[in-house]
Amino acid sequence: MSELFRGAIQALRLILTLDPQVLSILSLTLRVTGTALLFSTLMGVPLGGLLALKRFIGRRVVIALLYTGMGLPPVVVGLFVYLLLSRSGPLGYLGWLFTPRAMILAQVIISLPLVMGFTMASVMGVEPELRLQLASLGATNWQATWTILKEARNGVIVSIVAGFGSIISEVGAVMLVGGNIEGQTRTLTTAIVLETRKGSFDLAMALGIILLALSFIANAVMLVLQGRRLE
Amino acid sequence: MNGTVYELRDVVKLYGQREVLHLDHLEIPRGEITCIVGPNGAGKSSLLRLLNFLESPTSGQIIFDGHPVNGQVPLALKRRVTTVFQRPLLLSGSVYENVAYGLKLRGEKGIEARVRQVLERVGLAEFARASVRTLSGGEAQRVALARAIVIEPEVLLLDEPTANLDPYNGSLIEKIVASLNREQGTTIVMVTHNVFQAKRLAHRVAFLLGGREIEIAPAEQFFTAPTDPRTAAFIRGEMVY
Repeated sequence: MSELFRGAIQALRLILTLDPQVLSILSLTLRVTGTALLFSTLMGVPLGGLLALKRFIGRRVVIALLYTGMGLPPVVVGLFVYLLLSRSGPLGYLGWLFTPRAMILAQVIISLPLVMGFTMASVMGVEPELRLQLASLGATNWQATWTILKEARNGVIVSIVAGFGSIISEVGAVMLVGGNIEGQTRTLTTAIVLETRKGSFDLAMALGIILLALSFIANAVMLVLQGRRLE
Repeated sequence: MNGTVYELRDVVKLYGQREVLHLDHLEIPRGEITCIVGPNGAGKSSLLRLLNFLESPTSGQIIFDGHPVNGQVPLALKRRVTTVFQRPLLLSGSVYENVAYGLKLRGEKGIEARVRQVLERVGLAEFARASVRTLSGGEAQRVALARAIVIEPEVLLLDEPTANLDPYNGSLIEKIVASLNREQGTTIVMVTHNVFQAKRLAHRVAFLLGGREIEIAPAEQFFTAPTDPRTAAFIRGEMVY
């Protein structure tokens, strides 16, 4: 217990003194996760909306695959991306393995189905007759789709939060494809694993506290975007 | 400008294998209020969706304003017609945002003044900034009506707009609809279960049953001297098949 307490005190000290090592890890984590989330949102929200609103042959199969994707084990994604980007893999020529780009790719694969799936569910939850009403008021297909996405915005925001949550806390995939290289591919989660193994509990706890704080801030921002007061 | 705004020839609408509408010939006169009456499942709402070009007939021909409408309907033509549904189907946000919606889609100018004018007409001027979540059912339906009439459609389609309302709000909507037709000459097609409402409002009444047009006649004749016994039974409030 005293170790835990001592670790917490040290953690606060490292955070308050803006320890360069902590800052470097935090900065890389935000860059990788932020970029991955941006790609997932830009692709996942329109695709999820499309899947909810369009009827096409094979739609059920696509939805079944999507639901499977929502539960993908990150470490399996890491393995897949590793094989894809390894020297002998089909995308080996890119030279992305053990770089932040590989980590971003893995995180996009993990978060995209979540953003798509939750967006699809929220759009499907919008009154189906509303689309007829919008068309009747003179909306083009794009205008109606945009309006429906806005109506489903709370669910869309939840989809982005879920995507964020799935990758900010993920360790298996980034460890495999990033390699946990100091100053280059070391993120909050991989650093926590390493520091815990080394017995540097103060640094591990500092990173853990930052990770929790990030999750809290992200969720609080999303709640504000949803128009809800924090009370 | 009188004449016929819609002409439907041999229009059939199937949902899967089920035939919901089969009209040999139906004309909707311009500038009049036509009420479509009939029991549930008569095809009334399906007819409105065809008239608003929200769906295409499985076969047959719809002629709008003298022009045959086939396949992809041009946006400009679609925007001459709008529908108020049985439920208000409002967007989240304020009353103003809802009423301004159609005008914004069209990129029109002077939106604020037009919205204010229409809200006054439906008796909701002081509600402009109110959230639609705070409205009663009757107020919400008046917002839906305002949202439709602010775009000044040539044809206003009403799908049982007073079915869920109390007598006060129902009568208010009837008055607005009647004045819209009288003052602006808007062609109105209104689906209703309520024969008394049809009697109060309609210039012409059509009776649908099982997707077929049983009778269409000027209102007075329809109610006083129906030619089909099924129409007479429906008017008397009897179950018809």
